[in-house]
Amino acid sequence: MTATKAPSEPRSQQAVRRPGDRIFAGSAKASGVFILLVLAGVAAFLVSEAVPALTAPAEDVPGGEGLGAYVAPLVLGTLLGAVLALLVATPLAVGIALYVTYYAPRRVAATMGYVIDLLAAIPSVVYGFWGLAVLAPALVPFHVWAADTLGFLSFFAGPASTSGRTMFTVGLVLAVMILPIISAISREVFSQAPALHREAALALGATRWEMIRMAVLPYGKSGVIGGAMLGLGRALGETMAVAIVLSGGAGATLNLISSSNPSTIASNIALRFPEATGLGINTLIASGLVLFVITLAVNMLARWIVNRRADFSGAN
Amino acid sequence: MAKRIEVSDLDIYYGDFKAVEGVNVAIEPRSITALIGPSGCGKSTFLRSLNRMHEVIPGARVEGKVVMDGQDLYGADVDPVNVRRQIGMVFQRPNPFPTMSIYENVLAGNRLNSKRMKKAEADDVVERSLRGANLWNEVKDRLDRPGSGLSGGQQQRLCIARAIAVEPDVLLMDEPCSALDPISTLAIEDLMTELKDRFTIVIVTHNMQQAARVSESTGFFNLNGVGQPGRLIEFNPTEKIFSNPDEKATEDYISGRFG
Ligand SMILES: Nc1ncnc2c1ncn2[C@@H]1O[C@H](COP(=O)(O)OP(=O)(O)OP(=O)(O)O)[C@@H](O)[C@H]1O
Ligand SMILES: [Mg+2]
Repeated sequence: MTATKAPSEPRSQQAVRRPGDRIFAGSAKASGVFILLVLAGVAAFLVSEAVPALTAPAEDVPGGEGLGAYVAPLVLGTLLGAVLALLVATPLAVGIALYVTYYAPRRVAATMGYVIDLLAAIPSVVYGFWGLAVLAPALVPFHVWAADTLGFLSFFAGPASTSGRTMFTVGLVLAVMILPIISAISREVFSQAPALHREAALALGATRWEMIRMAVLPYGKSGVIGGAMLGLGRALGETMAVAIVLSGGAGATLNLISSSNPSTIASNIALRFPEATGLGINTLIASGLVLFVITLAVNMLARWIVNRRADFSGAN
Repeated sequence: MAKRIEVSDLDIYYGDFKAVEGVNVAIEPRSITALIGPSGCGKSTFLRSLNRMHEVIPGARVEGKVVMDGQDLYGADVDPVNVRRQIGMVFQRPNPFPTMSIYENVLAGNRLNSKRMKKAEADDVVERSLRGANLWNEVKDRLDRPGSGLSGGQQQRLCIARAIAVEPDVLLMDEPCSALDPISTLAIEDLMTELKDRFTIVIVTHNMQQAARVSESTGFFNLNGVGQPGRLIEFNPTEKIFSNPDEKATEDYISGRFG
């Protein structure tokens, strides 16, 4: 490897450099550099546009209490909706993926695979209207019930929204939206669990579920986490569906079911941007920068989780 | 507790393809039975039909009888999971669970079979099985490391330890040494000779000397041509097979005049 870099050895250089390799290496490198440049450009734009909002006196920022007070409820809203979506979607997606790969008859499995992939092709506006017109009214009784029986949890403190256009409904809409990506990735990794280890488990007298626990889930774990993080990224950034469903804006509260929900960063930007001027725009972009950082942190966390037990991952 | 297996008129299919035909044989307890024969004649298929691992392949099925100490393994009320708990298996390629430590690998079968095990009891099973598989001294200081970090031969012995940890009645081994060096191979052969006091062992091997060295009885599988089912041509005491076989085909095969 060192020989190819050392210009003092022209002979070995000639021997390894073939035009095909060079073109491929060059174009691969160019793509890599290109994506980094785009990212850096976006980050630079966000930062430079956000600076006025960061440095402005508190009373000039919309809301009148400074950038922190403006962004904090939005961050809370963004995280609440996305985490709720993740908590609902991940177990469901893993269940679907296991059913499709190891339980369903082959034809059913293929059909189910298509149907779930189709969910990913629906535009998010449609999800938004579905959430608004169908899911929200349908969930009103649940809101009432949750406020009555689970009211001791701050998430369900009530009073229950009468429209159902709450963070809870948003979480469920987002869950449906991220289901395809998580289940598609889980399906992929589960179906690649090595036959060698599945047979090892079966030969020890494992039932199908035990086989899945011994040889499939451990193998697929990091893939599922990766899929979940992709889903989380999508849920964090989802704009239209949230903007349509949520009737929010007031207050930073953990309450999922009342009508005073915090909004999310992305939907707040979409709703406010058309009318924003001057420092208002800078403030919105600053909130976008916060979302950028959150997403980056989520991805790094996912990577760390995936790598933590690389020894036992089965990759070696 | 070693058990005797009687196979009668066994036909084995992959979908419509009949891979093995008309096997009749009795496998004696506390002995090693070797299965030899050219590639593709159905040795692995036959071996996997003994612990009902054959049917995990989609479309695969079996006709005929396999009886272990009076119990029909393919009886309508027999759960294949229970059959596999009684009849352990070691595969050609070492397959310890990569996500488990060496310790947990040994206990994998026990964790399935039983309720909770006390720590002391578990430690005991691990040490006994690893000693049984001649691996204890090499791994006793790193039981919490992944099983996939061992050498190929060590991994195979780990798989043997895992199989004997549940005290099966029968141990099936499909070319357990084919991926190993001669020293590891000898270690595993010695191991088999020790284990046969407690288990019924059936081993598939391409290594004629190995069959001659370790086994009491040998079965020779052959097939008449491509697409034809494999058959058990001859089953006899190993000495007889290697000195004075009944069948011409057996003699040709073991003397290398095959084809
Ligand atoms: N999963 C499968 N699906 C369909 N046919 C199979 C399958 N596995 C094996 N066969 C076929 O069954 C026949 C017997 O195969 P088997 O693996 O039992 O041979 P073998 O004697 O173990 O050979 P080797 O010595 O090479 O391991 C072969 O014709 C093979 O092509
Ligand atoms: Mg084979």
